[in-house]
Amino acid sequence: MYMDTQSTSGNLPGNHAAARQAVEAILAGVMDPEIPVLSVLDLGVVRDIILEPQQPGGYGVEVVITPTYSGCPAMDVIRLGIQLALREHGYAPVRVTQVLSPPWTTDWMSEEGRQKLRAFGIAPPNPRQQVCNHQLFDHEEAVQCPHCQSFHTHRISEFGSTACKALYQCDDCREPFDYFKCH
Amino acid sequence: MPMNQQPHPQATRPPDSLPWTDLILQLADTALVLGQRNAEWCGHGPVLEQDIAITNISLDLVGQARLLYQLAADRLGGGATEDSLAYLRTEREYRNLLLVEQPRGDWGQTVLRQFLFTQFQHLQYELLLSCPLDQLAAIAAKSRKETAYHLRWSGEWVIRLGDGTEESHRRMRHALGELWRFTGELFAASPCELACGMDPAGLQPVWLDQVTAVLREATLPVPAPGETFMQTGGKLGRHSEHLGYLLAEMQVLQRTYPGATW
Repeated sequence: MYMDTQSTSGNLPGNHAAARQAVEAILAGVMDPEIPVLSVLDLGVVRDIILEPQQPGGYGVEVVITPTYSGCPAMDVIRLGIQLALREHGYAPVRVTQVLSPPWTTDWMSEEGRQKLRAFGIAPPNPRQQVCNHQLFDHEEAVQCPHCQSFHTHRISEFGSTACKALYQCDDCREPFDYFKCH
Repeated sequence: MPMNQQPHPQATRPPDSLPWTDLILQLADTALVLGQRNAEWCGHGPVLEQDIAITNISLDLVGQARLLYQLAADRLGGGATEDSLAYLRTEREYRNLLLVEQPRGDWGQTVLRQFLFTQFQHLQYELLLSCPLDQLAAIAAKSRKETAYHLRWSGEWVIRLGDGTEESHRRMRHALGELWRFTGELFAASPCELACGMDPAGLQPVWLDQVTAVLREATLPVPAPGETFMQTGGKLGRHSEHLGYLLAEMQVLQRTYPGATW
């Protein structure tokens, strides 16, 4: 999830926690356009929520996000999705800003997000973080088939249908599947 | 490219007044030009999976270029944007490496170029992690995670093809002959690299070790030091004839309909 920072707990009214939860609830409904079962919170791209009290009693909000992959075209749609969702709920002004450091990692994906991915037919990133190592032709830890749960799978290609996925095939049920690769 | 010239902030400032901005543009141009070259394979890859792989690498490179151009545009001010920097600069203003502008050739040449370049880019991003410009260091840290995948993919393919069939071996030898002369420029420091204390010369021994290990496993001959005359000039804006055609295709929309958006 996002990191809590001092900036959010300054001179806000007493119902600040509730106001923040309300923003989170809205963000939980903003989905990744490429993987429509994952919200921006599940994905771990929301790094901060900064509330700015406005007159009379409303809030402006700044949402700080970090890109998954540098070239991921979904990020533009996600930015727009956050803007629209918060404006629809009366927040003004709404700003979506970007931070690059620390770089996004699949470790930030929520447990709920991992379960949703599996149910959607995409193998979630392995729990033990395996950022791509440099050993050529190296065998990675087995990836579990999201269809039949077998660990007898093999990688077809390092690169898949989107920047964040690799292509695998199950040796038992023979189904090809996407693997959300560690990053 | 004497087409529709528009006044551009970068053209009016004295050269090398902003070495960091020049360095950022050098990195951005290199990433963008290779991204554009690799994208030529879209729909033409030898098999579907590899078509997807090379275009994924392309997407990563264009994404890195965008982050770098955005940073350069912020520093330049005066209305510069990532788009104006990519679409409205002429080939003499582009500071990319000669290696990345060379034609894609056959699949072997594309794979070998990616390998020779990625080995270098990965080391260069590592060098930039410690640069005093926080935003540039952040882009380097992010990009480095992506290039790790490019490194493994391209290294494996160089070995498969070099140590493959007679035909694939012959083609890889030819590709090596075509490309090796552009590798000296990777380590020849440009004025902005020197001014920023980011001299790439120190990366050469590690690069050569890594490249040699893979070429040997691929049963390809490693050119002896000093055997090949090294072409340079890309970082100073002196390019081979290939860049102009690439930019003409990439920039045609903005040149024809200035300011077009979608």
